[in-house]
Amino acid sequence: MYEETMISVKDVSKSFETKEAVVNALDHVNLEIHKGEIYGIIGMSGAGKSTLVRCLNFLERPTTGTVCIEEHDLSMMSEEELRKLRTKIAMIFQHFNLLMQRTVLDNICFPLEIVGMPKKKAREKAAELLKIVDLEEKAKAYPSQLSGGQKQRVAIARALAMDPKILLCDEATSALDPTTTKSILALLKDINQRFGITIVIITHEMAVVQEVCTHVAIIDQGTLAETGTVEEVFSHPKTKAGKKLIYQSSNKDYSLMHGKKCIRIVFSENSSFEPVIGNMVLECKAPVNILLADTKDIGGIAHGQMILQLPEEEMIANRMIEYLRERKLGVEVLEDYV
Amino acid sequence: MFDHQTISMLAKETWTTIYMTLTSTTLAYALGLPMGIALVLTAADGLKPNVVIYKILDFIVNIVRSVPFIILLIMLMPFTKLIVGKSYGPAATVVPLTIAAAPFIARLVESSLLEVDKGVIEAAQSMGASTWHIVWKVLLAEARVSLIVGGTIALATILGYSAMSGAVGGGGLGDVAIRYGYHRYQVDIMMVTVVLLVALVQVMQYIGTKISRKMDKRNR
Repeated sequence: MYEETMISVKDVSKSFETKEAVVNALDHVNLEIHKGEIYGIIGMSGAGKSTLVRCLNFLERPTTGTVCIEEHDLSMMSEEELRKLRTKIAMIFQHFNLLMQRTVLDNICFPLEIVGMPKKKAREKAAELLKIVDLEEKAKAYPSQLSGGQKQRVAIARALAMDPKILLCDEATSALDPTTTKSILALLKDINQRFGITIVIITHEMAVVQEVCTHVAIIDQGTLAETGTVEEVFSHPKTKAGKKLIYQSSNKDYSLMHGKKCIRIVFSENSSFEPVIGNMVLECKAPVNILLADTKDIGGIAHGQMILQLPEEEMIANRMIEYLRERKLGVEVLEDYV
Repeated sequence: MFDHQTISMLAKETWTTIYMTLTSTTLAYALGLPMGIALVLTAADGLKPNVVIYKILDFIVNIVRSVPFIILLIMLMPFTKLIVGKSYGPAATVVPLTIAAAPFIARLVESSLLEVDKGVIEAAQSMGASTWHIVWKVLLAEARVSLIVGGTIALATILGYSAMSGAVGGGGLGDVAIRYGYHRYQVDIMMVTVVLLVALVQVMQYIGTKISRKMDKRNR
């Protein structure tokens, strides 16, 4: 399949000078995002992902390297050209960043006013966009009267006002509760499919990436740790940073459990109706310790992962692994999980 | 208690005070608002950082603000004479009042604009807004409540300054208080002028607070 490159980041570094030292927020990052993708950029806080997303529309100028949007090199553009380009790269934020003194409708009109659209036409368009985000009845409300999820919907409507090619989401769901997060992500997915807008999602939550993204890049201490499709990276993370994010391991003291074998199971094609772990325990007649379980049912198929600590006896442990593999589960032995 | 003449004199001088205060606040705002905007824009973390312009503005504002008004009033007399033709009377008082108040207003505007959420400014930038759009549609529009509160503070302060100009024959209620109360020992007239000054500040504050409350859409 021929894929059109939308955003290409080549060898981008960004450093900030503080009084004490020079901080390298980004260190030789390379990234290619294609048209129509929902691309997740995930990393711990302070990894440099917010800086990276701001380099995509040149709100931050990279210290070295180039960023191209549809083959246009941003560093070659004048301020005027950059401003024009930015109208086609919309952005939504963790704290919504709405104009608090304007109504919902006027907030959506704001980007249209900037490009000089007549007021009446802008209002008509804004009303239409409110329909898309399902907030028609709030047109005359002020942001302070809305919930977090509603504010983000307004921000999304505002972002869509200029018919953008790209939508950048900077921790857009981090201030929302899980249910609202889901509905916002569903809206983003819908927008991606209906309008073919390329979406870049910056987050620190693997769940967000799994929910909507097609591709993911893991960023760690300013460098790109790994990239790939979500499926690839999720089932076989190659780097330490990737493993850390996906296994969600913490730095808690697990010394009591040392010496026992841990395995990670990835569910991708098993029926959710089969109690596979329960059956395994009955079959092998030994208990296992569930350290992490993050699975869900998508259309009758179990998806997600589990981390189990197996009995000390080597034979039983091996039998369990074999049992799980026979049931077509992805099993990998974790050397130093705890 | 007062004869007809005294009462009409008090009424006239009250009006003079209002005239001096409103005129010089308006003129000072016309000077101070662009200065305040320029201070915010040219600051190191502003939209158009410019160390030279920022330092110059900052210096002027600090210098003028640190000269006591009564001294500034006297220092500016030749300049005032050049502009209005004389150095005493209400019209002449407007000149030093404006010059003294403009930097004060610039600081008030600066602090109001700095209160605007940086995220909202960034959002506007991400939409391709020009600096002009950001100043007009984001900074001034979002800070309007704070600007009105600041404007009210400026009014009350300038009213106080205008009374001070009475010391050099500036006209208005301050002039009355000094001429009658201080030079002629007519304590009753002085008390009345004080009551009138207090009442003026109260009314201004009341109106300012009312307007700013009405305009604020943040807490509902």
